[in-house]
Amino acid sequence: MKTFKIGGVHPNDSKLSACQPIEVMGLPAKAVIPLSQHIGAPATPVVEKGAHVVVGQLIAQGTGFMSANIHSPYSGTIEKIDNAVDAWGMPCKSIFINVEGDEWDESIDRTDTIVRAFAYTPEEIVKKISDAGIVGLGGACFPTHVKLSIKAPAKADVLIVNGVECEPYLTCDHRLMMEHGEELMIGIKILMKAINVDRAIIGIECNKPDVIKHLTDLSIKHFGIEVCPLKMHYPQGGEKQLIDACIGRQVPSGALPISVGAVVDNVATCYAVYEAVQKNKPLIDRVVTVTGDKMSHPCNLKVRFGTPLKDLIDKAGGLPTEGEYKMIAGGPMMGRSFCNADSPSSKRTSGILILPEDKARRAEEENCIRCGKCIDACPMGLEPYLLSRISEVKNWDLMEEHHVMDCIECGCCLYTCPANRPLLDYIRMGKQTVGGIIRARAQKK
Amino acid sequence: MNIVITSIVILGAIGCLSAVILYFVAKKFKVEQDDRIDQIVEVLPGANCGGCGFAGCQGFATACVKAGSLENKFCPVGGAPVMQKVGSILGVEASEVEPMVAVVRCNGTCANRPKTNTYDGAKNCRIAASHYAGETACGYGCLGFGDCAAACNCGAIKVNPETGIVEIDEELCVGCGACAKACPHNVIEIRKKGLKGRRVYVGCVNKDKGAVARKACKAACIGCGKCEKTCPFGAIKVENNVAYIDFNVCKLCRKCVVECPTGAIKDVNFPTPPVKPAPKPVEEKKTVEEAKPVEPKVEEVKVEEVKVEEVRIEEVKTDTLDNGKKPDAVEQSLF
Repeated sequence: MKTFKIGGVHPNDSKLSACQPIEVMGLPAKAVIPLSQHIGAPATPVVEKGAHVVVGQLIAQGTGFMSANIHSPYSGTIEKIDNAVDAWGMPCKSIFINVEGDEWDESIDRTDTIVRAFAYTPEEIVKKISDAGIVGLGGACFPTHVKLSIKAPAKADVLIVNGVECEPYLTCDHRLMMEHGEELMIGIKILMKAINVDRAIIGIECNKPDVIKHLTDLSIKHFGIEVCPLKMHYPQGGEKQLIDACIGRQVPSGALPISVGAVVDNVATCYAVYEAVQKNKPLIDRVVTVTGDKMSHPCNLKVRFGTPLKDLIDKAGGLPTEGEYKMIAGGPMMGRSFCNADSPSSKRTSGILILPEDKARRAEEENCIRCGKCIDACPMGLEPYLLSRISEVKNWDLMEEHHVMDCIECGCCLYTCPANRPLLDYIRMGKQTVGGIIRARAQKK
Repeated sequence: MNIVITSIVILGAIGCLSAVILYFVAKKFKVEQDDRIDQIVEVLPGANCGGCGFAGCQGFATACVKAGSLENKFCPVGGAPVMQKVGSILGVEASEVEPMVAVVRCNGTCANRPKTNTYDGAKNCRIAASHYAGETACGYGCLGFGDCAAACNCGAIKVNPETGIVEIDEELCVGCGACAKACPHNVIEIRKKGLKGRRVYVGCVNKDKGAVARKACKAACIGCGKCEKTCPFGAIKVENNVAYIDFNVCKLCRKCVVECPTGAIKDVNFPTPPVKPAPKPVEEKKTVEEAKPVEPKVEEVKVEEVKVEEVRIEEVKTDTLDNGKKPDAVEQSLF
């Protein structure tokens, strides 16, 4: 079975909620919609305090090239536009909505019928995706229309669809592929048209045999789409790793996947594209896995953005009443632990993981013994122990020389370190600083 | 034998020729190096801290010689004595620069600002700050992992494990500003050391609205603006829900300290306790003003002894100052 060539680790996949069908989450009484749910500039609000909005109405417009529109996931009145506290305790500008009823925009097709035929030009498709505010739902939230706007002379020859879900615990993509396989196929067809390729590969790890079978059966009817079963190996969901695993091409250091002729999109994004193009429904909800070892009811929920995270956690069994616990937005490997459960869910929220007391704390840090395990594990071929050390002593030039910007922050080094050193913490700090230096330098020129 | 002589002659000739060439090249391409640069480097402390704003002591010396004056140039580590030496080398007068000191603008001790969660990552302020707001509900204050202490070349900063925030030893601090640069929340500010080390400053940088800030920390600045209204010198400005005292304007009257409802404004090194009930601040101001000229101290002591004659003493005071025979006159009037 195929996989990528360098590094990687094999954590226990702990997919507790793999058999739980997607449930639709109820509406909260009050919702908070953050204006920055994507990489790039925050969106600008286009509604005012006291205005009445319906589901699917544009409430914030993307500003500039790298940005995305935001639509109202609820119907009701705009209470205010003010700073809210996000999951990490930081202020972020948001739109507060008092939810009243569930009135949808009339242009949205809410039926379950699958619309197969489409006759749009690539430009029309990209326009529709851009209008619908679709971002990469794999986690990075990169605006999809930017990814699809390929500038010549670069040319794509294959679309790679990321159904890997290599993060332990998370099962949202798994359930989406099982329950909406047909729609997913149409979404992939639309994306293939948009970037003008005739081949698409869906990469799926072999811990989801049901999905592999289901999608292989479906792909027979859709010419050009093939399913590629992959060996379980973290971080296979990383763009560069997935391209290596599926088509054996290596993306050079500092380059984008398009340089080897590939465009990578997540399955959830493909489904959102289907909904936007065929059903006229903007991106207002997504599937979120809420799970944890001690949770009574790990589940997959279809959540509209702006629902408080606490509501989702309560649906899965609630927070532990005693002892310590750790809340993580995303999976255990790349997710970010957060401290404020009253904050709203957003396009970024792919999962919520509650780790119980015995797994909550990191183990005690010891001295580096230069065993080199982190080097073996690094999927980008870097030297994490060295990068971490030179970041500690703030030698930014040397960090740049050692390709810190190639780090994908997958956490393999941290996972594998026998001395429990906070390698990634320091590397991430170095990467942020070096990134800033590089940007400043580019601006000077 | 012949070969030996020939080679000696040839090599000697080449040597002489090279020497001549080198002599002229050295004359032609001579780099003019001012001796004063080396002299200045000699007198500088050699900490290479960058506190002066130049790249190390060599850079500072070069800049001084190049400019030919000491305007806007000050070595915070060496202070005035070193600057005088530098001035004597350059043959100019070293301008008086007031000594500066680092100040932690955070009152968020464990008692004032309870923890709401536990940080488990690398113990580094910058990493914690890029991850989230911090272990408390206040996302602006001191994180207490000691990036500033690591940056300090003088060992002047320590994290107090009891309060959870950093403390600065003003005896050791030279005001170079390395800590202020290291702090990701910009909590540390370099302020004037002040007369006898007396300073008044707002110990909070929380930009949240009053209620939110107060909920996070008992001693937060809530941006109420009382201090701004009270200040007779216009030294205080409230911006983004947080007050700031301009140390160049502040006259250390401490009216704001009394007025602050949360106790966010701190005063240090004052001999008398700061907080007095409302009617008294006028009197308080007097004592502070008196503290500036050095002479009247004699009378101050005696006021305590003979309370009844207060009025007379003040009269005497003006007289004595005019006559210039201060000690005798005071003694006479009292006995």
